[in-house]
Amino acid sequence: MNIQNNERAFKPAEYKSAVKPVWCPGCGDHSVLLSIQRALAELALPPEEVAVVSGIGCSSRIPAYTNCYGFHGVHGRSLALATGLKVARPDLTVLVASGDGDGFSIGGNHFLHACRRNVDLTYIVMDNRIYGMTKGQPSPTTEPDWDTAIAPGGTGLSPFHPLVIALASGANYIARAFSGDISGCAKLIVDAIRSPGFSFVQILSPCVTFRPDQQKGWKDFIRPAMVPETDDHGRAARRLMTDDGFNIGVLFRGARPPYQPQPLDHRDPSHLEAEFVL
Amino acid sequence: MTQTGQETISVVLTGSGGAGVMTAGQTLLDAAASLGLYGLMTRSTGPQIRGGEAAALLRFGRRPVLSHGDRFDLLVALDFENISRFGAEIPLGASSVVIADPAAGDPPEFVVASGARIVHVELAKLAKTIPGGRISMVALGALAQMIGLPESAIVGAVAASVGKKKPDAIVTSEKAVALGAAAAATLTPGARIAAPDRLDSERWSITGNEATGYGAIKGGIRFVAGYPITPATEILEWMAPTLRQCGGVLVQAEDELASINMIIGSSFGGAPSLTATAGPGLSLMIESLGLAVASETPLVVVDVMRSGPSTGIATKSEQSDLNIAVNGLHGDAPHVVVAPTDVSDCLLTAQWATHLAESLQTPVIMLSDQSIGQARAIIDRPEDVAFTATRDIWTGGESPYLRYGLTDSGVSAMAIPGTPGGQHTADGLTHNERGTPSSQAHDHVAQLDKRQRKLENFDYSDHWAEIDGDGEIAVVTWGSSTAPIREAIAAARDRGAKIKLIALRLIAPAQPQKLAAALAGVKRVLVIEQSHSGQFWRYLRAHYDLPGEVTPIFRSGPLPFRPGEIGGYLAHGGL
Repeated sequence: MNIQNNERAFKPAEYKSAVKPVWCPGCGDHSVLLSIQRALAELALPPEEVAVVSGIGCSSRIPAYTNCYGFHGVHGRSLALATGLKVARPDLTVLVASGDGDGFSIGGNHFLHACRRNVDLTYIVMDNRIYGMTKGQPSPTTEPDWDTAIAPGGTGLSPFHPLVIALASGANYIARAFSGDISGCAKLIVDAIRSPGFSFVQILSPCVTFRPDQQKGWKDFIRPAMVPETDDHGRAARRLMTDDGFNIGVLFRGARPPYQPQPLDHRDPSHLEAEFVL
Repeated sequence: MTQTGQETISVVLTGSGGAGVMTAGQTLLDAAASLGLYGLMTRSTGPQIRGGEAAALLRFGRRPVLSHGDRFDLLVALDFENISRFGAEIPLGASSVVIADPAAGDPPEFVVASGARIVHVELAKLAKTIPGGRISMVALGALAQMIGLPESAIVGAVAASVGKKKPDAIVTSEKAVALGAAAAATLTPGARIAAPDRLDSERWSITGNEATGYGAIKGGIRFVAGYPITPATEILEWMAPTLRQCGGVLVQAEDELASINMIIGSSFGGAPSLTATAGPGLSLMIESLGLAVASETPLVVVDVMRSGPSTGIATKSEQSDLNIAVNGLHGDAPHVVVAPTDVSDCLLTAQWATHLAESLQTPVIMLSDQSIGQARAIIDRPEDVAFTATRDIWTGGESPYLRYGLTDSGVSAMAIPGTPGGQHTADGLTHNERGTPSSQAHDHVAQLDKRQRKLENFDYSDHWAEIDGDGEIAVVTWGSSTAPIREAIAAARDRGAKIKLIALRLIAPAQPQKLAAALAGVKRVLVIEQSHSGQFWRYLRAHYDLPGEVTPIFRSGPLPFRPGEIGGYLAHGGL
């Protein structure tokens, strides 16, 4: 992002819209919204210079709840839409909001390529290990034995590890946060926005409606990562492969330059005719 | 060149891949253009990635030629290996001449059956007499001699393409061309092209895909995302470097789902945006095209159609994506569909498509096809048109800002990110004027009405169709079928028939009043198109009242319509 020295301070409330969220009371996404507002205020970014892009799902409702520019697109394609926006408008700060179904299942391919491409985006995935909007189906991060109507007795499938996939795909910044810790979450989002290139923040955001028994206890498992952040892929791979999913903090910080193709010139198109003239 | 000769001449060069057939074809086209001839070159290749069989199909004329003729006057075969696969694409007749290398063996059945005169020139042997000599250059020399093009024009075209850096290569080619020409000079002459009029207009050598790319940039496109697909890739490859010269960029996406969403994002950011694809890619983009309709995001999708469904024949043409382009979107999703009528028209149509998308804040699908997109033509410089990207941009004013305000025109000013006070969320959910999601009936109806109204109220000017001639009989067509129909109608008019041609450039939204006016006094309508199920005819039936007797004529690709085939349909109808 382009951090400028803005003349005035902003309050978190200035990033809030008048639209009332559709989320259930107690949903972790309320806290993520607050964290984003706090982070933007901390960075003193004028709301009109921020765009929040999303796909479909509970988490993807976020753009309209902010006072920023927003795009609530189709299921799974938020990273592609945000890539086009940021490449065309490098002056904007672009946040992408997603969930574990939108981001890792239907949008899985775009996740790989956004990590690889390294456009300067901040990708916030609210992971509650469930499809909430469609009322309780297993997602790619759901445990194999979780019993649901669509998969009685559980899927039997191992959940995949989005942070490991991000690392293997070339993500430049990988962090995990917990929605219950609003100030810690906001701090990580600030750091992620400041970090050049593609920054991936997985936010554990409990679903209190469909998975209360399993997820209300998350707050007891959460702990700050015991080892400091690393820029070494090998170390990062080992720690991410062995982590239990509840270590919070920046887990990898690389130094790859962002992808930002630029025009070479601003000539009038008529000069292109020379190629055709006989 | 002599004054006596044919108005047009058709030649084809065939050989196995790597023999230099395409390069030789391009050289021949350049040579003819340098003499003041118009021309058209299309390529036919097999499915092999490299190698395999290849044919360069060319037609030259004293007047503009934008489609192939009924048969080839001359076939030059470097070898006969797999040429039979192209038999259906290379119609020959008793008056045709086939130059073959005796070492290539017996000619294939379709050549023999045509009754064409087969003559032998030892192409390979002659090439070997020159160190570094290429068989394709010997063949070019023979070909030029046969149809009456001066050797010097061929040598000049070789020199222009090889460049000054390789003087030896030019000398070698010159010798090879001379040997081929000398050998052909001993043969009984065949069809020759008449000398062109004095070259007094600016001519271009351009492919349909290049013309599409240039028209788009002229129209204001500054962001492109795309995924490689035959036969649209050349649009992306041409635009990648040229866009960057003109203040734009191109991103290669990971798939077509990403392409379309990237351009929705870039357009939301204020950059007029485009993607180019073919049928399979368009199929993948359909859901997000609906998002562009609902969120009122301007963009252009060029579909260079190929034979479908599914993978179909990736390298060959068909007009069978009309249904999906018009009706593929779920929900009631009005948008614009346009189509160029020939190689040259790709420029205007792409420029117009950009203008329409930006003016109407809606997706525009441009239906080009393989036979237009991958053909190279020598054309008169297209006339300049004034279509540019003119988006209604919100710069401040009323509060709260209503992104989807219910205006009379249906078009509501768009705030671009960065504009204070214009913050809103563009949404594929049904929304109210502000953009806030709504499931209320009145918002749904009001926004559906708004999006329909903006397309209905717009003045599409005379560009909605190409209309030519008068008469009680009209041929209604679209896209690449237009050029051979034009030629067939011209021939019928020479016989005294009175036929009107109407080629729609604006497919959707339908223009019933304009077509009714154009068909005033017409008693019989022929609808001609290249689709197996008569997609265009059925579309016309749904939206237009066609007068009098209507005769639908449709067939699938991949073989192009030829003027004689169209002439047959006209004659069958007693025209």
